[in-house]
Amino acid sequence: MPFLKKYLLPRIVQYLVVILIGATLIFFVPRLMPVDPVQQTLEKITIQGAFLDPDAIEQMRATLQDLYGLKGGLGAQYLTFWKRLFKGDFGPSFAQFPTPVMTLIKTSLPWTLGLLVTSTLLSWLLGNILGGLAAYYHERKWASVLESIAMVMRPIHYYIVALGLLMLLGYAIPLFPISGGFSIGRKFILTWDVMLDILKHALLPALSLVIVGTCTWFMTMRLLVSNLMAEDYIVYAQVAGVPDGEIAFKYAIRNALLPQVTGLALSLGQIFGGALITETVFAYPGLGTLLYSSINAGDYNLMMGITLLSVIAIATGVLIMDLVYPLLDPRIRYD
Amino acid sequence: MLRTLADMMNQDKRFAFGFTVMLILVALAFLSLFSPHDPRQWNVVPRDRPPSTQHLLGTTSTGQDVSWQATWAIRNTLLMSLIAMLSSRVLAIVIGLLAGYSGGTLDRILMTLTDSFVILPLLPILILVASILKQSLSVVNLGILLGAFGWAWDARLIRSQVLSLREREFTYTAILSGMSTPRIIFREYLPFIFPLITATAMNNMLWAIGMEVTLAVLGLVSLEVATLGTMIHWAVNSQSILLGMWWWILTPVVICIFIFIALYMLSLSINEILDPRLRVQRMTK
Repeated sequence: MPFLKKYLLPRIVQYLVVILIGATLIFFVPRLMPVDPVQQTLEKITIQGAFLDPDAIEQMRATLQDLYGLKGGLGAQYLTFWKRLFKGDFGPSFAQFPTPVMTLIKTSLPWTLGLLVTSTLLSWLLGNILGGLAAYYHERKWASVLESIAMVMRPIHYYIVALGLLMLLGYAIPLFPISGGFSIGRKFILTWDVMLDILKHALLPALSLVIVGTCTWFMTMRLLVSNLMAEDYIVYAQVAGVPDGEIAFKYAIRNALLPQVTGLALSLGQIFGGALITETVFAYPGLGTLLYSSINAGDYNLMMGITLLSVIAIATGVLIMDLVYPLLDPRIRYD
Repeated sequence: MLRTLADMMNQDKRFAFGFTVMLILVALAFLSLFSPHDPRQWNVVPRDRPPSTQHLLGTTSTGQDVSWQATWAIRNTLLMSLIAMLSSRVLAIVIGLLAGYSGGTLDRILMTLTDSFVILPLLPILILVASILKQSLSVVNLGILLGAFGWAWDARLIRSQVLSLREREFTYTAILSGMSTPRIIFREYLPFIFPLITATAMNNMLWAIGMEVTLAVLGLVSLEVATLGTMIHWAVNSQSILLGMWWWILTPVVICIFIFIALYMLSLSINEILDPRLRVQRMTK
């Protein structure tokens, strides 16, 4: 099997190396932080006024260090880190002790996944189709209107768009609830009402994501397709009388989609860590909010857990994309 | 030089817009040299005043003049993004060209490196680093930090372009006619890649400014240095929206929007001017 040996194997090796580098960086970066979590936890206990004799404190310090995986030198810690990782155990959270990190992530993940996968896919589809069509029919009125809107919206930083939408549709014209994932005090049971409530809370963050996302994909796609417009095969198809719609979709958009697939794989992988601003602005209860609070609290385990998941997700995305690439673009061969 | 510039201004409205806005912003940045106030100092003017002839854009709750503060902010933000852009360009071009053309082991090593930088969720990691360095994260340091993280995606783009170019016929023609590798890369490939480099350069500046705003809004840069991000940070955190102090929050937001759009228009327009295929296409239109 030359394919397996020459193509698949190197890619899987690379995949593992990428995860190794990522995980190693993630292990070392938080350990450079000036916050000592063990000291912090001890201070939290002693600040409540309880008197503890020094021996007990020392004992507690040792136990905590063991629990947090901070026992021994850096090398020993690093070994423990990998041992735990293989068991899928990111250890307990420091800030919300003793809840395991995995439990916290599992609670937040559905919120982030639901919001971001939907809006990412939606904006990818919308942006590519509209962008491709706008480039193909560039002399039409609607195309230039769409283009001007996207051109002005595209570069504006996401935080500012989100803040603007929140000010406009949350405060000035209060159409949407301004924060949270569902109404406060609502019981979390799966009924029609609760679903509607969740949907209503997700609309504003989703809207901001879709607006920005669509404009981004739109502009790249428009550029890609307009680069193709002078290619011989498009001109030839036009001269040969192939229907315009068919040229637009099957000749132009299909060929230009290749780099966009790369982008999609990456942006789907980014979801795990990328929801930070959305969730901070709209106080949405997902991974981003969890990550932000973990950074404020100096919660190593939680930070590492989220960032690691993000690394694994995006590495997998790149691997899949690499495997699909030659199928999509016959011009690229790996041999 | 001046004539080309005038030609470009006449030919492309987007270039004219972007160039004019950037020129105005640079002029504003130079005005900061004549600022009567130290941007780090608080309570140098009466607080919470709306715009007037004395304070063109009003004053803040921290007792600073918004218009002078904005000139400092523009200066620092532009400087920071310029440093980030230049340092990441060098890395992206060298790594992208080398990896794409050489292939084999070198390609795999370089791409492993690039991939780890692409996959590393940049925002959380930048936040981690920023929360360590926080106080020493001056304009120059932040620029270098962003440059060190911002090259990977562009390197990957350049590499994939080279990969595709390598399979095209003219490469074989060049190789068979005895052209040396550096000559093929610089004479044959660079013209194809150059629009990509300039367009990504503008986009990289955009990205750097956006990152700076994000980090500053989260309170993770040196907050006494006036940048557009820290101006937004102080305005949002002092509840200027609820207090109705529009002159304070809107000044940095509007300037940001103008910078973003201007840089983007420039990148689009330069992309088109540099790419001969697009230029021909536009002339025949």
